[in-house]
Amino acid sequence: MNPFSYSRANDPAAAVSQLGPDGKFLGGGTNLIDLMKMGVERPARLVDINKLPLAQIEELPNGGVRLGALARNSDVADHALIKSRYPVLSEALVAGASPQLRNMATVGGNLMQRTRCFYFYDPAFPQCNKRQPGSGCGALEGFNRIHAIFGQSEQCIATNPSDMSVALAALEAIVRVQGPKGEREIKFNDFHRLPGTTPNMDTNLTADELITAVDLPPLPFATRSHYLKIRDRATYAFALVSVAAILDLDEGKKIKAARVAMGGVAHKPWRAMRTEQQLVGKSADEAAFRAAAEAELANARAYKHNTFKIELARRTIVRALSTVTAMA
Amino acid sequence: MAHGSVPCSSDGEPNHALTVSNAETRRQFIKKISATSAALAIGPTLLSLPGLSTAQTVQPSASPGVPTTAVRLRINGQEHSLNVDSRTTLLDLLREQLHLTGSKKGCDHGQCGACTVLANGRRINSCLSLVAMHEGDEIITIEGLANGDQLHPVQAAFIEHDGFQCGYCTPGQICSAVALLKENHANSDDEIREWMGGNLCRCGAYPNIVAAIKEAKNATPS
Repeated sequence: MNPFSYSRANDPAAAVSQLGPDGKFLGGGTNLIDLMKMGVERPARLVDINKLPLAQIEELPNGGVRLGALARNSDVADHALIKSRYPVLSEALVAGASPQLRNMATVGGNLMQRTRCFYFYDPAFPQCNKRQPGSGCGALEGFNRIHAIFGQSEQCIATNPSDMSVALAALEAIVRVQGPKGEREIKFNDFHRLPGTTPNMDTNLTADELITAVDLPPLPFATRSHYLKIRDRATYAFALVSVAAILDLDEGKKIKAARVAMGGVAHKPWRAMRTEQQLVGKSADEAAFRAAAEAELANARAYKHNTFKIELARRTIVRALSTVTAMA
Repeated sequence: MAHGSVPCSSDGEPNHALTVSNAETRRQFIKKISATSAALAIGPTLLSLPGLSTAQTVQPSASPGVPTTAVRLRINGQEHSLNVDSRTTLLDLLREQLHLTGSKKGCDHGQCGACTVLANGRRINSCLSLVAMHEGDEIITIEGLANGDQLHPVQAAFIEHDGFQCGYCTPGQICSAVALLKENHANSDDEIREWMGGNLCRCGAYPNIVAAIKEAKNATPS
Protein backbone atom coordinates (compact mmCIF):
# COMPACT_ATOMS: atom_id res chain seq x y z
CA MET A 1 0.00 0.00 0.00
CA ASN A 2 1.30 3.46 -0.85
CA PRO A 3 2.11 5.70 2.12
CA PHE A 4 -0.49 8.36 2.89
CA SER A 5 -0.95 11.00 5.54
CA TYR A 6 -3.80 10.35 7.95
CA SER A 7 -5.95 12.70 9.96
CA ARG A 8 -9.18 12.54 11.92
CA ALA A 9 -11.92 15.11 11.48
CA ASN A 10 -14.33 16.21 14.20
CA ASP A 11 -16.93 18.04 12.13
CA PRO A 12 -17.97 17.89 8.47
CA ALA A 13 -16.58 21.32 7.57
CA ALA A 14 -13.18 20.39 9.01
CA ALA A 15 -13.24 17.11 7.09
CA VAL A 16 -13.83 18.97 3.84
CA SER A 17 -11.08 21.51 4.56
CA GLN A 18 -8.56 18.79 5.53
CA LEU A 19 -9.02 16.79 2.37
CA GLY A 20 -6.68 18.59 -0.04
CA PRO A 21 -5.74 17.33 -3.50
CA ASP A 22 -5.69 13.54 -3.94
CA GLY A 23 -7.31 13.01 -0.56
CA LYS A 24 -10.08 10.56 0.26
CA PHE A 25 -12.60 10.35 3.07
CA LEU A 26 -12.28 7.14 5.09
CA GLY A 27 -15.54 5.63 6.37
CA GLY A 28 -15.87 1.91 6.98
CA GLY A 29 -12.95 1.28 4.64
CA THR A 30 -14.33 -2.01 3.32
CA ASN A 31 -13.92 -1.00 -0.31
CA LEU A 32 -11.33 1.81 -0.15
CA ILE A 33 -8.74 -0.11 1.91
CA ASP A 34 -9.18 -3.14 -0.31
CA LEU A 35 -8.62 -1.00 -3.41
CA MET A 36 -5.57 0.59 -1.78
CA LYS A 37 -4.13 -2.88 -1.14
CA MET A 38 -4.73 -3.67 -4.81
CA GLY A 39 -3.00 -0.45 -5.88
CA VAL A 40 -6.14 0.76 -7.67
CA GLU A 41 -6.63 3.65 -5.24
CA ARG A 42 -3.54 5.62 -4.20
CA PRO A 43 -4.72 8.57 -2.11
CA ALA A 44 -2.09 10.96 -0.76
CA ARG A 45 -4.22 11.62 2.32
CA LEU A 46 -6.98 9.87 4.20
CA VAL A 47 -9.35 11.96 6.29
CA ASP A 48 -10.97 9.60 8.79
CA ILE A 49 -14.58 10.70 9.19
CA ASN A 50 -15.64 7.95 11.60
CA LYS A 51 -15.78 10.34 14.57
CA LEU A 52 -18.15 12.78 12.81
CA PRO A 53 -21.61 12.94 14.41
CA LEU A 54 -23.34 11.50 11.32
CA ALA A 55 -24.46 8.06 12.46
CA GLN A 56 -28.07 8.84 13.39
CA ILE A 57 -31.17 7.33 11.82
CA GLU A 58 -34.05 9.70 12.52
CA GLU A 59 -37.59 10.40 11.46
CA LEU A 60 -38.14 13.61 9.47
CA PRO A 61 -41.09 15.97 10.13
CA ASN A 62 -42.58 15.02 6.72
CA GLY A 63 -42.75 11.36 7.69
CA GLY A 64 -39.57 10.39 5.85
CA VAL A 65 -36.38 9.12 7.44
CA ARG A 66 -32.87 10.60 7.42
CA LEU A 67 -29.97 8.15 7.34
CA GLY A 68 -26.75 9.68 8.61
CA ALA A 69 -23.86 9.05 6.22
CA LEU A 70 -22.02 7.11 8.91
CA ALA A 71 -24.92 4.87 9.91
CA ARG A 72 -23.58 1.35 9.48
CA ASN A 73 -25.31 -0.90 6.96
CA SER A 74 -26.24 -3.39 9.71
CA ASP A 75 -27.85 -0.66 11.85
CA VAL A 76 -29.91 0.69 8.95
CA ALA A 77 -31.05 -2.81 7.99
CA ASP A 78 -32.08 -3.59 11.57
CA HIS A 79 -33.76 -0.26 12.36
CA ALA A 80 -37.47 -0.47 13.24
CA LEU A 81 -38.37 2.55 11.07
CA ILE A 82 -36.65 1.03 8.03
CA LYS A 83 -38.05 -2.47 8.53
CA SER A 84 -41.58 -1.17 8.92
CA ARG A 85 -41.71 1.65 6.34
CA TYR A 86 -39.07 0.67 3.77
CA PRO A 87 -38.67 -3.14 3.90
CA VAL A 88 -37.10 -3.09 0.43
CA LEU A 89 -34.15 -1.14 1.84
CA SER A 90 -33.69 -3.44 4.83
CA GLU A 91 -33.79 -6.49 2.55
CA ALA A 92 -31.33 -4.96 0.08
CA LEU A 93 -28.85 -4.22 2.86
CA VAL A 94 -29.06 -7.70 4.35
CA ALA A 95 -28.60 -9.16 0.85
CA GLY A 96 -25.25 -7.35 0.55
CA ALA A 97 -21.83 -8.51 1.75
CA SER A 98 -21.49 -10.34 5.10
CA PRO A 99 -22.49 -9.49 8.69
CA GLN A 100 -18.91 -8.40 9.42
CA LEU A 101 -18.73 -6.08 6.41
CA ARG A 102 -22.19 -4.66 7.11
CA ASN A 103 -21.02 -3.76 10.64
CA MET A 104 -18.23 -1.70 9.06
CA ALA A 105 -19.75 -0.32 5.85
CA THR A 106 -21.49 3.06 6.01
CA VAL A 107 -24.40 4.57 4.08
CA GLY A 108 -22.12 7.15 2.45
CA GLY A 109 -19.42 4.61 1.64
CA ASN A 110 -21.94 2.23 0.13
CA LEU A 111 -22.93 4.98 -2.34
CA MET A 112 -19.25 5.41 -3.25
CA GLN A 113 -18.49 1.70 -3.86
CA ARG A 114 -16.53 1.14 -7.01
CA THR A 115 -17.24 -1.52 -9.60
CA ARG A 116 -16.18 -5.13 -9.13
CA CYS A 117 -15.29 -5.43 -12.83
CA PHE A 118 -12.27 -7.77 -12.88
CA TYR A 119 -10.42 -5.50 -15.32
CA PHE A 120 -10.85 -2.49 -13.04
CA TYR A 121 -10.04 -4.23 -9.79
CA ASP A 122 -6.73 -5.77 -10.81
CA PRO A 123 -4.05 -3.42 -12.21
CA ALA A 124 -2.34 -6.46 -13.77
CA PHE A 125 -4.87 -5.94 -16.56
CA PRO A 126 -3.51 -3.09 -18.68
CA GLN A 127 -6.86 -2.01 -20.13
CA CYS A 128 -9.43 -0.16 -18.07
CA ASN A 129 -10.80 3.24 -19.01
CA LYS A 130 -12.20 3.66 -15.51
CA ARG A 131 -8.85 3.08 -13.80
CA GLN A 132 -6.64 4.54 -16.54
CA PRO A 133 -8.60 6.78 -18.94
CA GLY A 134 -7.73 6.08 -22.56
CA SER A 135 -6.29 2.60 -21.94
CA GLY A 136 -9.29 0.77 -23.41
CA CYS A 137 -11.84 -1.66 -21.97
CA GLY A 138 -10.65 -5.18 -21.21
CA ALA A 139 -14.16 -6.43 -20.59
CA LEU A 140 -15.63 -5.51 -23.97
CA GLU A 141 -13.93 -8.44 -25.72
CA GLY A 142 -12.94 -10.22 -22.50
CA PHE A 143 -14.75 -12.24 -19.82
CA ASN A 144 -17.88 -10.11 -19.50
CA ARG A 145 -20.29 -12.40 -17.66
CA ILE A 146 -20.93 -9.93 -14.82
CA HIS A 147 -21.21 -6.86 -17.00
CA ALA A 148 -23.87 -4.35 -18.02
CA ILE A 149 -26.83 -4.75 -20.34
CA PHE A 150 -28.21 -1.21 -19.97
CA GLY A 151 -26.66 2.23 -20.46
CA GLN A 152 -23.13 1.09 -21.18
CA SER A 153 -20.72 2.73 -23.64
CA GLU A 154 -17.93 1.46 -25.85
CA GLN A 155 -15.59 2.82 -23.16
CA CYS A 156 -17.00 0.92 -20.20
CA ILE A 157 -19.45 -1.92 -19.54
CA ALA A 158 -18.91 -2.16 -15.77
CA THR A 159 -21.78 -2.43 -13.28
CA ASN A 160 -22.39 -0.73 -9.95
CA PRO A 161 -22.13 -3.40 -7.20
CA SER A 162 -24.36 -1.84 -4.53
CA ASP A 163 -27.58 -3.46 -3.34
CA MET A 164 -28.51 -0.59 -1.04
CA SER A 165 -28.39 1.87 -3.94
CA VAL A 166 -30.92 -0.15 -5.95
CA ALA A 167 -33.46 0.22 -3.14
CA LEU A 168 -32.60 3.91 -2.75
CA ALA A 169 -33.18 4.45 -6.48
CA ALA A 170 -36.64 2.90 -6.21
CA LEU A 171 -37.38 5.02 -3.13
CA GLU A 172 -36.19 8.23 -4.90
CA ALA A 173 -33.88 9.09 -2.02
CA ILE A 174 -32.10 12.43 -1.74
CA VAL A 175 -28.35 12.54 -1.14
CA ARG A 176 -27.23 15.42 1.09
CA VAL A 177 -23.67 16.60 0.60
CA GLN A 178 -21.39 19.26 2.03
CA GLY A 179 -18.61 20.95 0.09
CA PRO A 180 -16.37 23.99 0.49
CA LYS A 181 -19.23 26.21 -0.70
CA GLY A 182 -21.83 24.72 1.61
CA GLU A 183 -24.52 22.06 1.41
CA ARG A 184 -26.56 20.80 -1.53
CA GLU A 185 -29.00 18.02 -2.29
CA ILE A 186 -28.67 15.54 -5.16
CA LYS A 187 -31.61 13.53 -6.44
CA PHE A 188 -30.74 9.85 -6.31
CA ASN A 189 -31.12 9.35 -10.04
CA ASP A 190 -28.60 12.16 -10.60
CA PHE A 191 -26.05 10.85 -8.10
CA HIS A 192 -24.49 7.96 -10.05
CA ARG A 193 -23.47 8.40 -13.68
CA LEU A 194 -23.58 6.35 -16.84
CA PRO A 195 -20.07 5.77 -18.23
CA GLY A 196 -20.30 7.68 -21.52
CA THR A 197 -16.84 8.95 -22.44
CA THR A 198 -15.81 9.53 -18.80
CA PRO A 199 -16.14 6.15 -17.06
CA ASN A 200 -13.49 7.26 -14.54
CA MET A 201 -16.27 9.31 -12.91
CA ASP A 202 -18.71 7.06 -11.02
CA THR A 203 -20.80 9.85 -9.52
CA ASN A 204 -21.64 13.53 -9.83
CA LEU A 205 -20.15 14.22 -6.41
CA THR A 206 -17.17 16.56 -6.72
CA ALA A 207 -13.88 15.41 -5.18
CA ASP A 208 -14.15 17.89 -2.30
CA GLU A 209 -17.73 17.07 -1.33
CA LEU A 210 -18.70 14.92 1.65
CA ILE A 211 -21.94 12.94 1.85
CA THR A 212 -23.59 13.85 5.15
CA ALA A 213 -26.94 12.03 4.91
CA VAL A 214 -29.45 10.25 2.70
CA ASP A 215 -33.09 11.29 3.05
CA LEU A 216 -35.86 8.79 2.37
CA PRO A 217 -39.00 10.63 1.28
CA PRO A 218 -42.28 9.48 2.79
CA LEU A 219 -43.77 6.74 0.62
CA PRO A 220 -46.64 5.02 2.45
CA PHE A 221 -47.04 2.28 -0.15
CA ALA A 222 -43.39 1.25 0.26
CA THR A 223 -44.55 -1.02 3.07
CA ARG A 224 -45.45 -3.34 0.18
CA SER A 225 -41.97 -3.78 -1.25
CA HIS A 226 -39.32 -6.41 -1.83
CA TYR A 227 -35.69 -6.82 -2.91
CA LEU A 228 -34.88 -9.94 -4.92
CA LYS A 229 -31.21 -10.68 -5.56
CA ILE A 230 -29.99 -13.40 -7.91
CA ARG A 231 -26.36 -14.47 -7.52
CA ASP A 232 -24.03 -17.39 -8.09
CA ARG A 233 -24.37 -18.71 -4.53
CA ALA A 234 -26.98 -18.43 -1.79
CA THR A 235 -25.24 -15.63 0.10
CA TYR A 236 -22.19 -13.36 0.17
CA ALA A 237 -21.89 -12.68 -3.56
CA PHE A 238 -22.56 -9.71 -5.79
CA ALA A 239 -25.78 -9.61 -7.79
CA LEU A 240 -25.94 -10.98 -11.28
CA VAL A 241 -29.34 -9.32 -11.42
CA SER A 242 -31.37 -7.80 -8.62
CA VAL A 243 -34.73 -6.04 -8.48
CA ALA A 244 -36.19 -3.60 -5.96
CA ALA A 245 -39.95 -3.57 -6.42
CA ILE A 246 -42.61 -1.39 -4.79
CA LEU A 247 -46.29 -1.54 -5.74
CA ASP A 248 -49.27 0.60 -4.80
CA LEU A 249 -52.37 -1.59 -5.36
CA ASP A 250 -56.01 -0.73 -5.00
CA GLU A 251 -58.48 -3.12 -3.38
CA GLY A 252 -59.09 -4.88 -6.67
CA LYS A 253 -55.33 -5.45 -7.09
CA LYS A 254 -55.10 -2.89 -9.84
CA ILE A 255 -51.75 -1.08 -9.93
CA LYS A 256 -51.97 2.59 -8.93
CA ALA A 257 -48.21 3.21 -8.90
CA ALA A 258 -45.05 1.16 -9.29
CA ARG A 259 -41.35 1.61 -8.57
CA VAL A 260 -38.89 -0.84 -10.08
CA ALA A 261 -35.08 -0.53 -9.98
CA MET A 262 -32.45 -3.05 -11.01
CA GLY A 263 -28.93 -3.92 -9.84
CA GLY A 264 -26.14 -5.79 -11.62
CA VAL A 265 -27.25 -4.52 -15.01
CA ALA A 266 -25.79 -1.04 -15.42
CA HIS A 267 -23.10 1.46 -14.41
CA LYS A 268 -25.65 2.93 -12.00
CA PRO A 269 -28.70 1.58 -10.17
CA TRP A 270 -31.09 1.16 -13.11
CA ARG A 271 -34.54 2.61 -12.69
CA ALA A 272 -36.84 0.60 -14.97
CA MET A 273 -39.04 3.52 -15.98
CA ARG A 274 -40.62 1.73 -18.95
CA THR A 275 -41.65 -1.14 -16.70
CA GLU A 276 -43.15 1.28 -14.21
CA GLN A 277 -45.10 3.15 -16.88
CA GLN A 278 -46.44 -0.09 -18.35
CA LEU A 279 -47.66 -1.31 -14.98
CA VAL A 280 -49.82 1.66 -14.01
CA GLY A 281 -53.52 0.92 -14.46
CA LYS A 282 -52.99 -2.81 -15.10
CA SER A 283 -54.16 -5.72 -13.01
CA ALA A 284 -51.33 -7.05 -10.89
CA ASP A 285 -50.87 -10.41 -12.58
CA GLU A 286 -48.09 -12.33 -14.25
CA ALA A 287 -49.07 -11.38 -17.79
CA ALA A 288 -48.88 -7.69 -16.93
CA PHE A 289 -45.55 -8.16 -15.15
CA ARG A 290 -44.11 -10.05 -18.10
CA ALA A 291 -45.19 -7.38 -20.58
CA ALA A 292 -43.83 -4.64 -18.36
CA ALA A 293 -40.48 -6.41 -18.00
CA GLU A 294 -40.36 -6.86 -21.76
CA ALA A 295 -40.85 -3.13 -22.28
CA GLU A 296 -37.64 -2.42 -20.39
CA LEU A 297 -35.61 -5.32 -21.72
CA ALA A 298 -36.33 -4.46 -25.34
CA ASN A 299 -33.52 -1.91 -24.89
CA ALA A 300 -31.02 -4.30 -23.30
CA ARG A 301 -27.80 -5.11 -25.09
CA ALA A 302 -25.66 -8.08 -24.07
CA TYR A 303 -22.14 -9.34 -24.78
CA LYS A 304 -20.55 -12.70 -25.37
CA HIS A 305 -20.81 -14.02 -21.80
CA ASN A 306 -23.76 -12.14 -20.32
CA THR A 307 -26.65 -12.76 -22.72
CA PHE A 308 -28.23 -14.87 -19.95
CA LYS A 309 -28.82 -11.67 -18.00
CA ILE A 310 -31.63 -10.56 -20.31
CA GLU A 311 -33.82 -13.57 -19.60
CA LEU A 312 -32.69 -13.60 -15.96
CA ALA A 313 -33.68 -9.94 -15.60
CA ARG A 314 -37.10 -10.60 -17.13
CA ARG A 315 -37.80 -13.45 -14.72
CA THR A 316 -36.41 -11.54 -11.74
CA ILE A 317 -38.72 -8.58 -12.41
CA VAL A 318 -41.73 -10.89 -12.75
CA ARG A 319 -40.92 -12.82 -9.58
CA ALA A 320 -40.21 -9.69 -7.51
CA LEU A 321 -43.50 -8.09 -8.59
CA SER A 322 -45.40 -11.33 -7.93
CA THR A 323 -43.91 -11.51 -4.43
CA VAL A 324 -44.90 -7.91 -3.69
CA THR A 325 -48.43 -8.53 -4.99
CA ALA A 326 -48.82 -11.55 -2.70
CA MET A 327 -47.99 -9.45 0.37
CA ALA A 328 -50.92 -8.75 2.63
CA MET B 1 10.23 -20.37 3.43
CA ALA B 2 12.56 -21.01 0.53
CA HIS B 3 14.02 -24.25 1.88
CA GLY B 4 12.08 -27.33 2.77
CA SER B 5 14.58 -28.75 5.22
CA VAL B 6 16.34 -27.47 8.31
CA PRO B 7 19.96 -26.61 7.54
CA CYS B 8 22.36 -28.99 9.29
CA SER B 9 25.95 -28.67 10.31
CA SER B 10 28.55 -30.74 8.48
CA ASP B 11 28.43 -33.64 10.96
CA GLY B 12 24.76 -34.18 10.30
CA GLU B 13 23.61 -32.94 13.69
CA PRO B 14 21.03 -30.17 13.76
CA ASN B 15 22.59 -26.75 13.83
CA HIS B 16 22.73 -25.80 17.49
CA ALA B 17 21.55 -22.25 16.80
CA LEU B 18 18.30 -23.65 15.41
CA THR B 19 17.29 -26.07 18.14
CA VAL B 20 14.05 -25.19 19.82
CA SER B 21 14.25 -24.44 23.49
CA ASN B 22 11.29 -25.20 25.70
CA ALA B 23 10.66 -21.50 26.14
CA GLU B 24 10.24 -20.92 22.42
CA THR B 25 6.95 -20.99 20.58
CA ARG B 26 6.53 -22.86 17.32
CA ARG B 27 6.03 -19.50 15.64
CA GLN B 28 9.32 -18.09 16.95
CA PHE B 29 11.11 -21.24 15.85
CA ILE B 30 9.65 -21.05 12.35
CA LYS B 31 10.62 -17.40 12.13
CA LYS B 32 14.22 -18.25 12.95
CA ILE B 33 14.32 -21.04 10.41
CA SER B 34 12.83 -18.74 7.77
CA ALA B 35 15.28 -15.96 8.49
CA THR B 36 18.21 -18.36 8.46
CA SER B 37 17.10 -20.03 5.25
CA ALA B 38 16.73 -16.65 3.62
CA ALA B 39 20.14 -15.60 4.86
CA LEU B 40 21.72 -18.78 3.55
CA ALA B 41 20.00 -18.36 0.22
CA ILE B 42 20.99 -14.73 -0.22
CA GLY B 43 24.47 -15.10 1.23
CA PRO B 44 25.92 -13.56 4.34
CA THR B 45 27.45 -10.56 2.62
CA LEU B 46 24.11 -9.24 1.36
CA LEU B 47 22.15 -9.60 4.55
CA SER B 48 23.30 -8.59 7.98
CA LEU B 49 21.09 -9.99 10.67
CA PRO B 50 21.05 -8.19 14.01
CA GLY B 51 21.28 -11.50 15.85
CA LEU B 52 18.65 -14.16 15.40
CA SER B 53 17.49 -13.98 18.99
CA THR B 54 15.86 -10.58 18.39
CA ALA B 55 13.87 -11.70 15.36
CA GLN B 56 10.63 -11.95 17.33
CA THR B 57 10.74 -8.43 18.75
CA VAL B 58 9.39 -6.46 15.79
CA GLN B 59 9.03 -2.83 16.79
CA PRO B 60 5.49 -1.48 16.52
CA SER B 61 6.71 1.55 14.63
CA ALA B 62 7.11 2.44 10.99
CA SER B 63 9.99 2.73 8.58
CA PRO B 64 11.67 6.16 8.62
CA GLY B 65 9.78 8.80 6.66
CA VAL B 66 6.52 6.88 6.57
CA PRO B 67 3.60 8.70 8.21
CA THR B 68 2.61 7.30 11.60
CA THR B 69 -0.48 7.64 13.77
CA ALA B 70 -0.79 7.51 17.54
CA VAL B 71 -3.57 5.18 18.72
CA ARG B 72 -4.84 4.06 22.11
CA LEU B 73 -7.06 1.03 22.25
CA ARG B 74 -7.84 -1.95 24.49
CA ILE B 75 -7.21 -5.45 23.23
CA ASN B 76 -8.50 -8.35 25.31
CA GLY B 77 -8.72 -6.06 28.30
CA GLN B 78 -5.21 -4.71 27.99
CA GLU B 79 -4.56 -1.05 27.24
CA HIS B 80 -2.19 -0.35 24.34
CA SER B 81 -0.71 2.99 23.43
CA LEU B 82 0.89 2.67 20.02
CA ASN B 83 2.46 4.67 17.26
CA VAL B 84 1.85 2.75 14.06
CA ASP B 85 2.60 3.14 10.39
CA SER B 86 -0.74 4.66 9.31
CA ARG B 87 -1.20 1.85 6.80
CA THR B 88 -1.22 -0.88 9.47
CA THR B 89 -4.38 -2.97 9.49
CA LEU B 90 -5.83 -4.19 12.77
CA LEU B 91 -5.04 -7.76 11.68
CA ASP B 92 -1.37 -6.99 11.04
CA LEU B 93 -1.08 -5.18 14.38
CA LEU B 94 -2.51 -8.19 16.19
CA ARG B 95 -0.42 -10.78 14.40
CA GLU B 96 2.86 -9.12 13.56
CA GLN B 97 3.36 -6.68 16.40
CA LEU B 98 1.37 -7.94 19.38
CA HIS B 99 1.90 -11.62 18.51
CA LEU B 100 -1.77 -12.43 18.94
CA THR B 101 -1.65 -14.89 16.07
CA GLY B 102 -5.02 -16.50 16.75
CA SER B 103 -6.70 -14.18 14.25
CA LYS B 104 -5.79 -15.55 10.85
CA LYS B 105 -4.92 -13.93 7.54
CA GLY B 106 -6.82 -15.89 4.91
CA CYS B 107 -7.56 -13.71 1.90
CA ASP B 108 -6.61 -10.29 3.35
CA HIS B 109 -9.47 -8.80 1.28
CA GLY B 110 -12.55 -9.25 3.49
CA GLN B 111 -13.77 -12.27 1.60
CA CYS B 112 -13.09 -15.21 3.95
CA GLY B 113 -13.73 -14.12 7.55
CA ALA B 114 -10.63 -15.81 9.04
CA CYS B 115 -9.60 -12.44 10.52
CA THR B 116 -12.92 -11.81 12.30
CA VAL B 117 -12.60 -10.06 15.66
CA LEU B 118 -15.02 -8.14 17.88
CA ALA B 119 -14.72 -4.34 17.93
CA ASN B 120 -16.88 -2.78 20.66
CA GLY B 121 -18.78 -6.07 20.71
CA ARG B 122 -19.46 -6.19 16.95
CA ARG B 123 -17.84 -8.60 14.54
CA ILE B 124 -15.65 -7.04 11.85
CA ASN B 125 -13.02 -8.10 9.32
CA SER B 126 -9.77 -6.92 10.92
CA CYS B 127 -7.95 -7.15 7.57
CA LEU B 128 -9.96 -4.25 6.08
CA SER B 129 -9.75 -1.99 9.11
CA LEU B 130 -6.85 0.33 9.85
CA VAL B 131 -5.58 0.45 13.44
CA ALA B 132 -5.87 4.24 13.21
CA MET B 133 -9.66 3.87 12.89
CA HIS B 134 -9.86 2.16 16.31
CA GLU B 135 -8.88 4.99 18.64
CA GLY B 136 -10.55 4.26 21.98
CA ASP B 137 -12.05 0.97 20.82
CA GLU B 138 -12.34 -2.28 22.74
CA ILE B 139 -11.11 -5.22 20.66
CA ILE B 140 -11.69 -8.85 21.59
CA THR B 141 -9.86 -11.57 19.69
CA ILE B 142 -10.05 -15.34 19.98
CA GLU B 143 -7.35 -15.10 22.67
CA GLY B 144 -9.67 -12.96 24.80
CA LEU B 145 -12.80 -15.13 24.78
CA ALA B 146 -11.95 -17.67 27.48
CA ASN B 147 -12.17 -16.81 31.16
CA GLY B 148 -8.85 -18.13 32.39
CA ASP B 149 -8.98 -21.89 31.82
CA GLN B 150 -12.75 -21.77 31.36
CA LEU B 151 -13.52 -21.90 27.64
CA HIS B 152 -16.18 -19.63 26.19
CA PRO B 153 -19.33 -21.74 25.56
CA VAL B 154 -18.85 -21.33 21.79
CA GLN B 155 -15.27 -22.60 22.03
CA ALA B 156 -16.40 -25.60 24.09
CA ALA B 157 -19.20 -26.35 21.61
CA PHE B 158 -16.81 -26.24 18.63
CA ILE B 159 -14.65 -28.86 20.36
CA GLU B 160 -17.66 -30.96 21.38
CA HIS B 161 -19.04 -30.99 17.81
CA ASP B 162 -15.73 -31.15 15.95
CA GLY B 163 -16.53 -27.85 14.24
CA PHE B 164 -13.32 -27.81 12.25
CA GLN B 165 -10.82 -29.89 10.40
CA CYS B 166 -7.61 -27.97 9.67
CA GLY B 167 -8.60 -25.24 12.12
CA TYR B 168 -7.43 -22.23 10.13
CA CYS B 169 -10.86 -20.62 9.83
CA THR B 170 -11.84 -21.59 13.39
CA PRO B 171 -10.83 -18.45 15.35
CA GLY B 172 -12.81 -16.34 12.88
CA GLN B 173 -15.74 -18.76 12.94
CA ILE B 174 -15.85 -18.68 16.74
CA CYS B 175 -15.60 -14.88 17.02
CA SER B 176 -18.30 -14.57 14.38
CA ALA B 177 -20.51 -17.10 16.18
CA VAL B 178 -20.13 -15.26 19.49
CA ALA B 179 -21.46 -12.10 17.79
CA LEU B 180 -24.15 -14.08 15.96
CA LEU B 181 -25.59 -15.30 19.26
CA LYS B 182 -25.58 -11.77 20.66
CA GLU B 183 -27.36 -10.52 17.51
CA ASN B 184 -30.00 -13.24 17.98
CA HIS B 185 -29.46 -14.58 14.48
CA ALA B 186 -29.21 -18.27 15.42
CA ASN B 187 -32.88 -19.26 15.53
CA SER B 188 -32.80 -21.93 12.81
CA ASP B 189 -30.25 -23.84 10.77
CA ASP B 190 -31.00 -21.67 7.75
CA GLU B 191 -30.63 -18.48 9.73
CA ILE B 192 -27.29 -19.66 11.15
CA ARG B 193 -26.07 -20.54 7.66
CA GLU B 194 -27.08 -17.14 6.25
CA TRP B 195 -25.63 -15.12 9.13
CA MET B 196 -22.40 -17.15 9.24
CA GLY B 197 -22.05 -16.63 5.48
CA GLY B 198 -19.07 -14.31 5.96
CA ASN B 199 -16.90 -17.14 7.32
CA LEU B 200 -15.68 -19.65 4.78
CA CYS B 201 -14.42 -23.13 5.69
CA ARG B 202 -12.51 -24.85 2.92
CA CYS B 203 -12.56 -28.15 4.79
CA GLY B 204 -16.35 -28.03 4.67
CA ALA B 205 -16.98 -28.43 8.39
CA TYR B 206 -20.21 -26.47 8.05
CA PRO B 207 -22.65 -29.09 9.42
CA ASN B 208 -20.58 -29.41 12.59
CA ILE B 209 -20.20 -25.63 12.86
CA VAL B 210 -23.99 -25.25 12.70
CA ALA B 211 -24.39 -27.99 15.33
CA ALA B 212 -21.84 -26.28 17.60
CA ILE B 213 -23.59 -22.92 17.31
CA LYS B 214 -26.96 -24.50 18.12
CA GLU B 215 -25.53 -26.12 21.21
CA ALA B 216 -23.86 -22.88 22.31
CA LYS B 217 -27.17 -21.06 21.85
CA ASN B 218 -28.94 -23.56 24.08
CA ALA B 219 -26.12 -23.36 26.64
CA THR B 220 -26.41 -19.58 26.84
CA PRO B 221 -30.03 -18.52 26.34
CA SER B 222 -30.16 -15.00 24.93
